[in-house]
Amino acid sequence: MEIVLALVIVAAIAWFVTVPLRRSEDEASAVASRTEDPAIAALEARKEAKYREIRDAELDREQGKLSQADWSRQDAELRREAVAILKELDRARGAG
Amino acid sequence: MITLGAACLFLALVVALYGIAAALLGATRHNRRFTDSARRAVYAFAALLTLCVIVVEAAFARTDLSLKVVADHSSTTTPGFYKLTAMWSSQEGSLLLWGWVLSLTSSAVLFATRNKHRELAPWATAVLMGLGAFFTGLMLFDANPFARLSPVPPEGVGLEPLLRHPAMAIHPPMLYSGYVFFSIPFAFAIGALITRRLDASWIRATRRFALIAWLLLGIGILLGARWSYSELGWGGYWGWDPVENASLMPWLAGTAFLHSIMVQERRGMLRVWNVSLICGTFALALLGTFLVRSGILQSIHAFGASTVGGPLLGLIAAVVVGSALLIVSRLDDLRSTKRIESLLSRESVFLINNLLLVGLAAVIFWGTFFPLISELFTGNKASLAAPWFDHYATPLAILLVLFTGIGPLLAWRRVSLGAAKRLLARPALVALVAAAGLFAFTDTRHHPLALAMFSFAAFSLAALVQEFARGAAAYRSLSGGSYGHALLALFARNRRRYGGYVVHAGVAVLLIAIAASSSFQTSRDLRLRPGQSASVGGYRVTYEKPTAQISPAEQRLTFGSVLAVAKGGKPYATLYPSRNYYAGAGDPTGAGPVRSFFEGQATSEVGRKTTVGGDVWTAMQPDLSSLNPVINGADRRLERIAKGVSPADAKARQTIGFLQGLAVRAIEKRYLADPPPADFRVNVNPLVTWIWVGGAIAAIGGLVAIWPAPEARRRRVSDVYAARLARELGRA
Repeated sequence: MEIVLALVIVAAIAWFVTVPLRRSEDEASAVASRTEDPAIAALEARKEAKYREIRDAELDREQGKLSQADWSRQDAELRREAVAILKELDRARGAG
Repeated sequence: MITLGAACLFLALVVALYGIAAALLGATRHNRRFTDSARRAVYAFAALLTLCVIVVEAAFARTDLSLKVVADHSSTTTPGFYKLTAMWSSQEGSLLLWGWVLSLTSSAVLFATRNKHRELAPWATAVLMGLGAFFTGLMLFDANPFARLSPVPPEGVGLEPLLRHPAMAIHPPMLYSGYVFFSIPFAFAIGALITRRLDASWIRATRRFALIAWLLLGIGILLGARWSYSELGWGGYWGWDPVENASLMPWLAGTAFLHSIMVQERRGMLRVWNVSLICGTFALALLGTFLVRSGILQSIHAFGASTVGGPLLGLIAAVVVGSALLIVSRLDDLRSTKRIESLLSRESVFLINNLLLVGLAAVIFWGTFFPLISELFTGNKASLAAPWFDHYATPLAILLVLFTGIGPLLAWRRVSLGAAKRLLARPALVALVAAAGLFAFTDTRHHPLALAMFSFAAFSLAALVQEFARGAAAYRSLSGGSYGHALLALFARNRRRYGGYVVHAGVAVLLIAIAASSSFQTSRDLRLRPGQSASVGGYRVTYEKPTAQISPAEQRLTFGSVLAVAKGGKPYATLYPSRNYYAGAGDPTGAGPVRSFFEGQATSEVGRKTTVGGDVWTAMQPDLSSLNPVINGADRRLERIAKGVSPADAKARQTIGFLQGLAVRAIEKRYLADPPPADFRVNVNPLVTWIWVGGAIAAIGGLVAIWPAPEARRRRVSDVYAARLARELGRA
C-alpha cells in the first residue's frame, strides 16, 4: 500500500513539475507577457523610493527637522531626480 | 507510513537536484519554461518535506519506537505535548525542521515573485534548492529521521528533562525559522551579484523576509533566555554561552542589514556593505546551526551529537568563499557614485550604528571561538568567561543605545547645526536629569557603565517620545482630530518608520533591564536546614519545610522546599524551589535502579516572586548524602532480586519496577521525615521583568513594520506624488 502511494506521489510530482515544459508556444508567450521587465521594474523601484524620500522630507519639515530653506532645496533636488527617473521610465516603456 | 516518509525524503532530494538543474538552465538560457519548472520543483519539495514532517510527528504522537528518532528522544511516559515537540530535540528532527522551513519560505518568496525578477529569480531558486539538497542529503546520508530499530525496544529513552519546558517547545522552531528566513535575502543577493543587477530590486523583493527572520530570531533568543532563567537553575538569563552567542551574532548582523538597506533604497549607497552583510549574516546563521549540532564547543544548550559538523562546516566555507569571490568580482558594479553629504544626517548615524552592531558581533565571534583559536596556536583550549564579554560588549551596547536615539531625530541627507541642536536639546536634557537623579539618589555612582546606559536609554526613549509627539502634532495641524487618532494615522502612513521606532523603544527598555539586573543583582549561596534563615538584599529568607512529590507518569521524583520571604519584617512571598530527578535518565555510569535517579539528568524548578520592580529568584539543591545508605541498601536488594530474573520475563520485570517504586517512595518519606540541609541560590534581580516586556514591545514594533500597508493606500500615496510630479514633468 505504501509503495503504491509512493508511486502515485512520484507520478503526481513528475506531472506537476513538468507542466511548464509541456506548454505550447502560445501559452509560453502568454506567461512571458505577464512577467515584468527587469529594467522597468528597477526604475519603478527607484521611482517608489524617490516618492518615499519626498514624503519623508515633507514629514521631516512638518516635524521641524528641516528648516523651510533646507526642505525647499532638498525637495527641489528630489523632484528633479524623480522627474529624471520618470523620463527614463517613459523611455524604457517606449522601447519595450 | 515510515516507508512512505523515507520515500518522500529520497524523492525530495531528487526533486531538489532537478530544481537546481532546471533553475540553472532557466538562468543561463533565459528559458522561462525551465525557470517555471524549477519554481514548481520548489513547491513539490515543500510538499514532500511536509509529508515527511507529518509522518515523523505521527510516529512521535503514537510513540512508534521502531523509529530510532522516536526511541532516542521520546517514550511512552513523555507528556503528550512534549511528544510533539520532541522532534526538534533530535539531530535528525532539527535538520528536517531546517529543510521544511526552508522549503516553505522558498515557496512563499518564489510564489510572490513569480512574475517579477525574471533574471534574479532562477539564480535565487538554484541557491535555495542547493541549500535544500544539502540538508536533505545530510538527512539521507548522515542523520536519517526514518532510520528503523530492530529489535524494537520496549521503552524509549524519553525527552531530555531540561527540554520539558514550554519555552523550549517554541524556542528551536523560532530560532531555526529565523536562521532559515535569512537564506531568502542571501539567495537573491547571490542572484543579483551573478546577474549584476545590483540596484535595490533584490532588497525590495526580500526585505520583508529579512524582517521576519530578524523578528523570529529575536523571539527565539528571548525564549531561550527565558528558559535559561527559569529552568537551568544558575540564576541568569544570559551566560555568553557559545550557543547563545551563535544566535545573537546573526541577529546583530541582521539588525545592521535592516538599517543599511534603507540607505541603499533611498540613496543608492552602501551596496558592497549590504551584499557583504547579508552573506555574513547567512553564514553566521549557518554557524549557529553548526554550533548547536556539532558539539565542537562546550555548551549547556548543545544537545546534538557531532556527526553533521563536517558537512555543515563545508557549507559555511562554501558560502563565505563563494560570496566573497562574487563580491570582489563585482566591485566595479557595486560602487556607488553618491556620498554621505553630511555627518548630521540619518544615513551617517545608520552607518555608525552599523559599525557598532558589526563590531559587537565581531567581539562576540572572537570570544566564542577563542577556545578553538587558542587551541590552534597554543594547543590549549582556553575559554573567555562572561566578564570578558561584558568588558568589551557593554561599551558598544551603550553607544548603540545612544545612536538608536539620535538616528530617528535626524533627517535624511543633511540637517543644519541649528536644527540638530533644537532636535537634540530636550532628549539631552531628559538624559542629564536622569543621570543627575540616579547619581544623587541611587547606587549608580559606583556603576558608571550602568549610569551611562540608563542615561543614554533615557535619551533614546525621550527622543522617541518627541518623535511621536512631533509627528502627531504635525498631523493634527494638517488634518485635525485627537492625538490618539493622529498617532494611529502616523502608523498607517509609515508603518516601517514608526514600527521601527517602537522596536527602538523596546530595545531601550530591554537594555535598561539588562543593565539594572546585572549591575545591581544581589546573589547569595546559602546552606539552610528547615527553620533556618538568612538575609539577602533586604529580604529575610526562611527555609520553612521540605516538600517531595513523585510523578509516576513522568518517572520523576521531586524534592522541594517552602521558603518564606519577608521584607522589612513583613511577609513578602512564599517560594517553592525544587529539584527534579528522573528515573534512569542519562545513566552512563551503570548506577543502580534507585541511584540512577540521582546520577542522571536533574532539572531545577525555580521559585520566583515577580513584580515590576524585580524578581526574588531561588533555586535549590538538597544535600542527599544523608540518604546514601537508604539508596545503596535499596539498590543492593533490587540488584539481588534482578540477578535471578530472566530479561525476557516481563512479569518479573514488572514486579522489580514495582519494588523500585516502593524504594523511591521510602526515600521520599525519609526526605520528609528527616530533611537534609539544602543549598539555595537566592538572587534579587532588579527590573528583570522589563527584559521580557522590552522584548515584547520590540516584537510588536517588528510586527507593525512587517505588516504590509494596504495596496490601495500605497497606490493612493504613489498617485499623489505622481500627479504632482506630472506637472513638473510637463514643464521639464
